[in-house]
Parts: sequence; C-alpha cells; structure tokens
Amino acid sequence: MTQTAPRPATSSRSAGAPVDGANAYVSGRLPRWAAPGLTAACLGGAITVMALLAAAGAIAEFSLVLAIAIGTIASIVLVTAISLMAEGRRAATNRFMIALVISAFVLALLPLVSVLSTVLVNGSARFDLEFFTWSMRSVIGEGGGALHAIVGTLQITAWATLISVPIGLFAAIYLVEYGRGPLARAITFFVDVMTGIPSIVAGLFAYALFVLIFGEGVRMGFAGSVALSVLMIPVVVRSSEEMLKLVPDELREAAYALGVPKWLTIAKVVLPTAAAGIITGITLAIARVIGETAPLLIVAGFTASMNYTVFSERMQSLPVFVYTQYANPGSDVEFYLERAWAGALTLIIIVMALNLIARLITRLFQPKAGR
Amino acid sequence: MTTPAPGQAPAAPTGQIDAVERRGDRVFSRIAVGAGTAILVALAAVAVFLIAQSLPALWAPEGSFRGTDGTFWDYVAPLAFGTVWAAALALLMAVPLAVGIALFISHYAPRRLAQPLGYIIDLLAAVPSVVYGLWGITVLAPATVPLYEWLAENAGWFPLFAGPASGTGRTVLTVAIVLAVMVLPIITALCREVFVQTPTLHQEAAYALGATWWEMVRMTVFPYARSGIISASMLGLGRALGETMAVAMVLSPSAIISFAVIQSENPSTIAANIALNFPESAGIQVNALIATGLVLFVITLVVNSVARWIVSRHERSLESR
Repeated sequence: MTQTAPRPATSSRSAGAPVDGANAYVSGRLPRWAAPGLTAACLGGAITVMALLAAAGAIAEFSLVLAIAIGTIASIVLVTAISLMAEGRRAATNRFMIALVISAFVLALLPLVSVLSTVLVNGSARFDLEFFTWSMRSVIGEGGGALHAIVGTLQITAWATLISVPIGLFAAIYLVEYGRGPLARAITFFVDVMTGIPSIVAGLFAYALFVLIFGEGVRMGFAGSVALSVLMIPVVVRSSEEMLKLVPDELREAAYALGVPKWLTIAKVVLPTAAAGIITGITLAIARVIGETAPLLIVAGFTASMNYTVFSERMQSLPVFVYTQYANPGSDVEFYLERAWAGALTLIIIVMALNLIARLITRLFQPKAGR
Repeated sequence: MTTPAPGQAPAAPTGQIDAVERRGDRVFSRIAVGAGTAILVALAAVAVFLIAQSLPALWAPEGSFRGTDGTFWDYVAPLAFGTVWAAALALLMAVPLAVGIALFISHYAPRRLAQPLGYIIDLLAAVPSVVYGLWGITVLAPATVPLYEWLAENAGWFPLFAGPASGTGRTVLTVAIVLAVMVLPIITALCREVFVQTPTLHQEAAYALGATWWEMVRMTVFPYARSGIISASMLGLGRALGETMAVAMVLSPSAIISFAVIQSENPSTIAANIALNFPESAGIQVNALIATGLVLFVITLVVNSVARWIVSRHERSLESR
C-alpha cells in the first residue's frame, strides 16, 4: 500500500485515521540490509555479466574497473528508485547523497591503490643489491644503480635541513615569545606567501642567486639545498609555531617566578615541552621536500657519476634520477624504466618511513593528556 | 637600558618592574629577530633576483623565443592559459570529491574509524610528484585512450570533447586527473578541519526537527563551512598551478591556446615548460624561462592571497558572533 507516492508528513496530522502512505510514521522503511545488499548484488551482477560477455567474446576484454563502475551506478540508481517508491522523496535524497559520499571515498582509494601497486610491482624488479651499490657511471643498458642519487639526495636534504631548521625554529620562537607589532605581522604574512611558492620558482630563485656568484650555467648540490630550504622554512615555522603556542603559559610563568631568565625559560622549559611536536613537524617537512624534483632538476642538474661534495659540480638526486631514467632512455628502454620504477619505490619507502617516524614520535613523546 | 647595581632591585618609578636584561637574553632575542628577518630578506631576494633575471627577456626583440615569432608576451600567453586551464579542470574534479570524502570521514564514518581513514587519504600526499608523473604516463594515460575515443565519437559535438582523440592519452584531461589526485588530500584535510568544527548543537537541533542525514548536512555543516571549502579549494588551486613534474611527464605540449581537452595538441603549463626546457637553455632563453616563472609566482600569489583573505574574513565574522 506504500506504492502510492507519499505526500509530505503535513497531512499525517489530520485526525488519527491512517491515510495510505501519507503518514511519516507508518510509511514504508527499507530494512537495514536493503542498501548494502542491493549494492553487493549490483556489483556482483555487473562483474558476472561482464565476465560472461568477455568469455562469450561479445566485448573485447574484461575490465574490473568498468564493471565496478557500472555496478556502482546501477546500485545507486536502484537504491534511490526503490527508496523513492517505498520511503518518499526526502529519504530517497538522503540515500542518494550517502551513496555519493561513500562512492567519493572509494573513488579516491582507486588512484592510491593503483599508484602503490604499480610502483611495488614494477619497482621490485630492480630493487636489489646492485641498485644500492652502483652508480650509473659508464652504465649503458642493463645493470647500474642509484647510489650516486641516494648519496646526493641525503646530502642535499641534510644541508637544506641544516639551513631551514635554525631559521625556521628561531623565527617561530620570535613569533610566539617575542613577536609584537609590525615585524611579527610581516613575518606571519610572508611565511604564508612563502608557503605558496611553487617549487619550480624556488629552483629558479636559487639559480638566479648562484648565477650572481658563480656565473652562468651554474649547477651545484648546495644550490639545490637553498631551493629546498625556501620550500622547507615556511613548513618548519608553521608547525613549530603551533607547537610552541600549545605550551601552557603557566609553565613560563612558573619559570619566571623562580627568577629564570627568559632565554633560559625558552631553552630549558618551552622547547623541551614542545620538542616532540617540533621534531614531528621537521620530519614531515623533510618528507615534503625529499621528493621534490623540479628545483633540483634546475639547479643541481643531473649526472651519472658519484659526487660527494655539494659545493661543486652537478649532483644527482633520487627524484631527478627517476625522471632522467624515464626521460632519457637509451636503446634498451626497459632497463631504464625498471631503474626508474625502483627509484620511485625507494623514494616512496623513504617518504612513508619519514611519515611513520613522525607519527611515532607524536605518539611516544606526546605529553600525557589531562595534565 | 637599566643596569642595576648588584643586590639591589631595579627602581620602578612607573609602578612596573623592569625586567633585568641579561646578555643571554639579548643574544637570544637578537637571534630570534635575525631569523625572522632572514625570512623577509629571503623572500625579498626571491622577488629581486627573479625580476633582475627576467628583465632582459621582457625587452628582448621579437623572435628570440621558442615556438613563437612574437614578443615575450606572445610566448607566455599560451603557457599561462595552459597553467590556469589544467588547474581549473583539476579543481573541477577534485573539489566535489574532496567535499564528499571529508563529509564521509567527518560525519558518516564511525568516529573510531575517522582518524585511520584520514591517514589513508593523507597517504596520497606522501607520494612524490615524480612518481605521479611516472604513474600517469605508464598507467593512467593508456587506460584513458578508450574513454577519449568514446567521448570523441559520442560527445564530440561538445566543444571540450572535440576530436580527434589523442592516441596516447597524453592530454590536458589526463593531466587534470593526475593534478586532481595530487590536490585531493590537501583540500580534503582542510575541509575536514572545518566540517568537524560545526557546532554539535546545530546538528542535534537539525536531527530533533526530523531532518535526515543529508538535510542535517545541508542545514548545519555547509552554511558553517562554506568559506572553509572555498579557501581550501583556492589553496588546492595554488598547489595545482605550481605542480611541475607530473605535467612535464604526462603532457605532450604545444604552443597553442585550445579548450579541447582530449586532443593530442595541448597547451603546456609554465612550470612544466620550465622543467622541460631549462636544462638545455642558455642566454636569453634562460631569462625568458625565469620571466615565465615570475608570471607563475604572481598567479599563485594572487590565488593564495584571495584564499587567505576569505579565511580571515570568515574568522572575523565568527568572532563577531
């Protein structure tokens, strides 16, 4: 009896007499299993039909993604339609939107799974000892490795960290502990501006700076470090500032009350309290810049040889290694691509590890809640 | 200022006790001020050096740039268009998706799952752009070819999908998809942050009035979070505008202005153009590339400033409530 389209609940107030499908309290309600059940049925059905069609030769090949897409759309339409008939317009809209929201999340997982699985599958082919112990010097075709790129990445990132952390940390200390007036406002504003600098522009800046000193066509690992610190400083400032703000004022006041000078209060009370958060922020900042390609491609250049000094000559880095292996393959393309994927896998592992370490630091060293 | 005699408290004529100035304090505060000033100096240096290096390109004679006979502005116009166009397409895909995901995490998924689900989306941000580029060119681009052929055949009357479809999939639409994936975690994280701040009382009031879940979201979450969504999108746009490697690796570029998204001739972006051409450039070409970088800087600066302005206006309106 609920098949007639239910009118809004206003008419349900008329007397106490049950009106067919008009009463929101007695109108139909789909059982809890209806939506998940229908979705599963649609997905299963779509995959089965597709597989059968593919087996029968009606369509060229079986595509799981296409089948799931068709099944999802079918289930959304079906659930909405049934809900519209049984439950009314408002409930149907609700179910439709919930279905969209869930699909959005699942849709976002597709590229993630695809990227990670491709990198894992393609990268494991050359993820061997030779990859980590050889450079690409005089290597044509098979073999070779990324030792020079890994050394370069570590050195360039280490120098970038050495530049960014003192500047960023002390700027954050200034903003939280000293900063009043126009200078503090200017720094806050320009740190915001700096956050938005595209990485390639940071590379161009480092090039423009080093051209003044070393002349045209300069390529040097340290220039890459400068470019990376332009990207890293705002991240360090922001995260450290937030952490320093979290330190309760009572701690500072207690220190002052005991006659501790301000700078010792900051060094011995404020910084240790915020240390876990600050280190987490720095780790995340490193994770952000270690995968940067564009600025290093411009100012650090690329090379096939080892280079242990950041202050002279071209220096390979892992992201640029991945790019050059892909972009300038020799005659045997597959070997170059395999190395590119292995480099990508190494890079992802490093970045994920840094993220994981950051989370662990937060979890292990977080001051206990409720203090 | 005051160097009080030892053992004697500093005089307090105004009723306020002047703090004792110690050498450590002075050194420490100077270092802090110095670090803050260094940031300002660095940013000023960025602007000055970029401008100084790009001036020669602005006055260079016609015909000294790649792919055009005209002046610098003829050179940069298609690139600037491509930059904005690809980023806008990416945003068109990413924003609805990000809002949906943020809603799912903040208001639909069980509370215990919210944080792990957020981490999963954040994983997308942990993948370096060069890996996205590699994935885009080897996995995504070939996978999109049948879709583009179908679109060109069946929706070719719509100017955006005009044929002939690219045979490699290295089109501006593929680039936009990759960019959308890359900016998705940023927009999602920012949206989530504002969504969870929606006052619980508003939500409970909506439910008490008999609202369904979606009606609750529309009545309480969206009005509250509107400016947050806009500024998150703008920040995502800023990120998409400056993205380099994914575009450089996926797109097959040409110096044209075209709205068609699935053809093999696509406008390149400023960042990708710099990355592709910089290693082999010298002389005036380098100046030209740096000048385009300056244009990119200005574009992202404007976009980010608008985003910040929206946020600050929103914060003020919240405070006055």
